[in-house]
Amino acid sequence: MTLLSVQNLRIRFRTGDGLVHAVNDVSFDMAEGQKLALVGESGSGKSQIALAIMGLLAKNAEIDGQIRFDERDLLTLPAAQMNALRAAQIALIFQDPMSSLNPYMTIERQLGEVVELHEGASRAEARKRALEVMDAVRIPDARNRLRAYPHEFSGGMRQRIVIAMALICRPRLILADEPTTALDVTVQAQIMALLDEIQRDMGTSVLLITHDLGVVAGFCDDTMVLYGGRVMEAAPTPAIFDAPGHPYTRGLLRAVPRITEGDVTLSAIPGSPPNQTAAPRACPFAPRCVDAIPACHDGLPEFREGRACIRPVEELT
Amino acid sequence: MSDPILSVSDMRVTFPVRQGQRFPWSPPRRLQAVTGVGFDLMPGQVLGIVGESGCGKSTLIRAIAGLGPHDSGSVSLDGEPIDYARRADLQRLRRRMQMIFQDPMASLNPRMTIREIVAEPLVYFCPELNSRQRRQKVIEMLDRVGIAERNMNRFPHEFSGGQCQRIGIARALIARPQILLCDEPVSALDVSIQAQVINLLKELQAEMGLTLIFVAHDLGVVRHISDDILVMYMGGMMELAPAADLVANPRHPYTQALLSAVPVPDPRVKQQPQILTGDLPSPTDLPQGCLFQSRCPKRIDACARTRPDLLNRQGRQVACLLEDEAERA
Ligand SMILES: Nc1ncnc2c1ncn2[C@@H]1O[C@H](COP(=O)(O)OP(=O)(O)OP(=O)(O)O)[C@@H](O)[C@H]1O
Ligand SMILES: Nc1ncnc2c1ncn2[C@@H]1O[C@H](COP(=O)(O)OP(=O)(O)OP(=O)(O)O)[C@@H](O)[C@H]1O
Ligand code: SF4
Ligand code: SF4
Ligand SMILES: [Mg+2]
Ligand SMILES: [Mg+2]
Repeated sequence: MTLLSVQNLRIRFRTGDGLVHAVNDVSFDMAEGQKLALVGESGSGKSQIALAIMGLLAKNAEIDGQIRFDERDLLTLPAAQMNALRAAQIALIFQDPMSSLNPYMTIERQLGEVVELHEGASRAEARKRALEVMDAVRIPDARNRLRAYPHEFSGGMRQRIVIAMALICRPRLILADEPTTALDVTVQAQIMALLDEIQRDMGTSVLLITHDLGVVAGFCDDTMVLYGGRVMEAAPTPAIFDAPGHPYTRGLLRAVPRITEGDVTLSAIPGSPPNQTAAPRACPFAPRCVDAIPACHDGLPEFREGRACIRPVEELT
Repeated sequence: MSDPILSVSDMRVTFPVRQGQRFPWSPPRRLQAVTGVGFDLMPGQVLGIVGESGCGKSTLIRAIAGLGPHDSGSVSLDGEPIDYARRADLQRLRRRMQMIFQDPMASLNPRMTIREIVAEPLVYFCPELNSRQRRQKVIEMLDRVGIAERNMNRFPHEFSGGQCQRIGIARALIARPQILLCDEPVSALDVSIQAQVINLLKELQAEMGLTLIFVAHDLGVVRHISDDILVMYMGGMMELAPAADLVANPRHPYTQALLSAVPVPDPRVKQQPQILTGDLPSPTDLPQGCLFQSRCPKRIDACARTRPDLLNRQGRQVACLLEDEAERA
């Protein structure tokens, strides 16, 4: 069953230098229990999509399109209902754990408050639930550490507490925005294993935002590749890696340094990231694309059969 | 075999911290950032340094470059020890050794044009050049890193992150240093741009015969550029080995865990990352024995008492007591 449906989402920001076209006509569906990756380089619009789903876009944003969650249109939902939904059914995990934790509140209070507020649970009940999720995210000696403050935990543990906070109301959708980018690989492995286990146990849908293709490969069923705020390619993860159908996806995969290969020259994608101050009128990747032909600069390629490229896959280098 | 161009021996760095102090007047505690690191570099050698955040990588190379303090240890250039308190020594060091940093934008002066930024080292180190010659050298160097001459009079904020890092490289290399220290030079860049910068650094290294220290937390990146890799943990050296050997056959338990956790960009590979339990020790209160003991899955009793040195054990440099056991057996 479709849990989340995003249709023709467009996000623009009004700035001193004119409009920034951050997200341009993005559509996708997420099924119950699905793990979808949103991959793209810095500035490609990943975080703004997550923030739009949460109704947390900056004041200078203009948004249109449709975001439906469980048959409700989130863009027209009254604020009170949106708040309730946000607390109980959709959770957002940010890259920096400190930005979601209050440094002056004990972990027990921060976790418990959510349940008290949104489910009317008693203090004792809230405490029990807090302990449960702390155990679930493997905080050692959780019972004795409920009274601790965020700074008393290491970076990896803080991120686990943020995950605990996201889980405490048993959401149906978790938006994880670069949840491990600030962490070391050994801790990252821990957190991803944890997310995977929770996802399996509770059947939660997870939208994982990342720029790390390695993390995607190990975790997500499906992958969506963004460039310049547009979807370049969307496919089941194995297909993205085995038979990427878009020049940008191909370039990206070739540019990843692999630990098993030493002295090969990396194939870099030439050029710089796109300027987003004008609405795209042609393929945004055209200035950097090795396969570009004159027609690529003339119109926007339509998104068809999982890819937005005017050239057939067989013709790509 | 030639002599090392750079020798670092037993570097130790501590910082005073006020955090967790009992009374305002009690003496500050000391955070141990680098706990004894030493290595020799041959001319043209590329040493990669990896390790988790806070393990002392930046502190170590800042100390080597004379940009940060050290408590003890020594650094020699061409076999001659550097006295960081002497101006003449520092000048010699700066002439031969340059550094590039993680944040490309922040390391360039926002009020100077690209031309002025790149020309600056020439003003100091090659005063014999006149302004026309300087300009010519700047144009050549910028061209080498892929910045067109017509953009020379622009300011850093008009360039992307990847371009700023190229400009940083041009500035570092224009006066032809022999040693380049790179502190996470590509960590802030996107994958597609990162590859451009790594390739450029590799080419320039080969062309100019540069000796390179390349610090990063991404093992894939380090593997691509390094001859040898040093793995650090809590300020100490865990393992030092030729890059290919280290990746194919890690010997230290920490290196093993690190490698098993590097995500593989291939969905068919079902990875079994070794999940480390246990917490990092506090850098103000390091344990007596092995630095890795609190998270080590192979720990034995002796690990709590004896801190293993990085010694040549069976042809590999590993700081782990298990290697001694194996040797004895
Ligand atoms: N409040 C704002 N005002 C103007 N522009 C904004 C604002 N917020 C975001 N943007 C722009 O929107 C674009 C998309 O940003 P977004 O944060 O979604 O990128 P991202 O894909 O998450 O990148 P990263 O990997 O760096 O987090 C960027 O060009 C950004 O500069
Ligand atoms: N000026 C300072 N005063 C006090 N402590 C410091 C100072 N500089 C660094 N430290 C501490 O020294 C330790 C080593 O820091 P360092 O920046 O060298 O780590 P790193 O390996 O470069 O980490 P990263 O990968 O995050 O850059 C850390 O615990 C850090 O908090
Ligand atoms: S449409 Fe043209 S420019 Fe865009 S990705 Fe396809 S081939 Fe390249
Ligand atoms: S010395 Fe002991 S604790 Fe340290 S790495 Fe070796 S086995 Fe592990
Ligand atoms: Mg983001
Ligand atoms: Mg550092």
